[in-house]
Amino acid sequence: MKRFSGLNLIAEAMNGHKGWPEHWPEKAPKPAYDVIIIGGGGHGLGAAYYLAAKYGITNVAVIEKGWIGGGNGGRNTTIIRSNYLYDESAHLYDHAVKMWDGLSQELNYNVMYSKRGVLMLAHNIHDIQSFKRHIHANRLNGVDNEWLTPEECKAYCPPLDISPNARHPVLGGALQRRGGTARHDTVIWGYARGAVARGVDIIQNCAVTGIRRGPDGAVLGVDTEKGFIGAKKIGVSAAGNTSVVMDMAGLRFPLESYPLQALVSEPVKPIFPCVVMSNTVHAYISQSDKGELVIGAGTDQYVSYSQRGALHIIEHTLAAICEIFPIFTRMRMLRSWGGIVDVTPDRSPILGKTPVAGLYVNCGWGTGGFKATPGAADLLAYTIAHDAPNAINAAFNLDRFRTGRFIDEAAAAAVAH
Amino acid sequence: MILIHCPYCEEDRPEVEFTYGGEAHIARPLDPSALTDSEWEGYLYIRSNTRGLHAERWRHAHGCARFFNAVRDTVSDRFEVTYKTGEARPAKITQTGGAA
Ligand SMILES: Cc1cc2nc3c(=O)[nH]c(=O)nc-3n(C[C@H](O)[C@H](O)[C@H](O)COP(=O)(O)OP(=O)(O)OC[C@H]3O[C@@H](n4cnc5c(N)ncnc54)[C@H](O)[C@@H]3O)c2cc1C
Ligand SMILES: [Zn+2]
Repeated sequence: MKRFSGLNLIAEAMNGHKGWPEHWPEKAPKPAYDVIIIGGGGHGLGAAYYLAAKYGITNVAVIEKGWIGGGNGGRNTTIIRSNYLYDESAHLYDHAVKMWDGLSQELNYNVMYSKRGVLMLAHNIHDIQSFKRHIHANRLNGVDNEWLTPEECKAYCPPLDISPNARHPVLGGALQRRGGTARHDTVIWGYARGAVARGVDIIQNCAVTGIRRGPDGAVLGVDTEKGFIGAKKIGVSAAGNTSVVMDMAGLRFPLESYPLQALVSEPVKPIFPCVVMSNTVHAYISQSDKGELVIGAGTDQYVSYSQRGALHIIEHTLAAICEIFPIFTRMRMLRSWGGIVDVTPDRSPILGKTPVAGLYVNCGWGTGGFKATPGAADLLAYTIAHDAPNAINAAFNLDRFRTGRFIDEAAAAAVAH
Repeated sequence: MILIHCPYCEEDRPEVEFTYGGEAHIARPLDPSALTDSEWEGYLYIRSNTRGLHAERWRHAHGCARFFNAVRDTVSDRFEVTYKTGEARPAKITQTGGAA
């Protein structure tokens, strides 16, 4: 790996930039690896990176059925925050938010993490009570979150309409200043480049079609479009397709996969300084560094793997955006798309061991796993390396759906996150 | 927008008239107190989440308001067939593109 630095940039400028090596050269799979990660999103590539960088396990392959970052890792609206209600969640998400700090330096790749603040709007009494409860709980867990009056919301985000007779009146908001955004693609590319530099193979355009198990039940490896590849341990990080992959190992999961849509406007000059979320009306908005308004919707209602959703969902979201920010009513939308998100009954992820020896899972991040990318990757790597979960992810086990020890962020937020 | 055929109204109506009711043919336990924790987990939370032909419940909320079942291809979102509550899943619907 050739490091990005001022000096190397100048040297390469003299050389017509011909000396930069490929980030992840095309590789044919080896017959076997110590660890195989299924899924080349941010979580899977990050796990491979940390296996090599932190735990010295470098005989690792990431197997991706399409191209890396072609899944939700490259389709999300990049909102980062950690102001979740329950202790377990606060620790899990804040572990990730702490890792975003310094990630560009660690990877020698600019992931453009921007702490521009995430403001969640309260539109009714229920929102006010629930947000204030979150703020208190967050503070007890050392997670920053503060209450803003409508006027303070307007000062923080000038395009906001706070007039009392608005369709969705702003009664206040919860602001996490450490929240913000990052550039999703560079997170994936940075982890991929860092992992490859440490010996990891990235195998693209190669769907896993089966998981082979020995007579004792433990994993032996995976069948793929490029043949059988042996592995002592397998980490599944396949987001929306987790149920499909787990079925290959004979496991049925508490997951349902739904389309989640997003869209961007034509690029304009900087006008929107932060991230605003309105859970009640299902609309999220920020402005990318390219100038596009990035807008996210709620999930479609039915199970689907189509990576597209219905137009009426987007219409609903845009109607809400136009009510809250009347200044944007004449903005033109450029592109819209969908990703498939894997949702658990309690809207918290599953990160840990499975009933199959040597098989580990990281899934159920649903509509909100981009923010967790460094943390989930780190904890999946830890769990695989130690054959046991870290204290931070121990509660996010598969058993909780049998024992009833939910981490019920669904009930806490009453909406998607 | 997807058009859905309500087997009661016998009409193709737009998706916004309907609400989704999750996976179909999950029978409520007859003797709940006899169930183990694992059986409760299976009934309440474990789902097929099929990539392909999926049997599911829909409700014609802004129409006749009745629940019915459908088989839909979750890759293309194409409805293969809809049928009344209480009827068995049509046997002929076994592979993508098959029709009733
Ligand atoms: C529209 C949208 C907006 C979102 N907005 C936010 C947000 O603002 N903030 C936030 O925190 N989260 C957000 N999310 C959620 C977030 O994107 C996901 O939780 C997260 O990206 C999932 O982790 P990942 O990046 O590893 O997933 P992915 O990038 O989806 O990686 C999984 C990979 O597994 C591969 N795979 C699947 N099956 C197989 C197989 N059989 N063999 C080989 N490979 C396979 C897939 O091709 C895919 O590349 C959003 C999601 C969507 C769709
Ligand atoms: Zn009807």
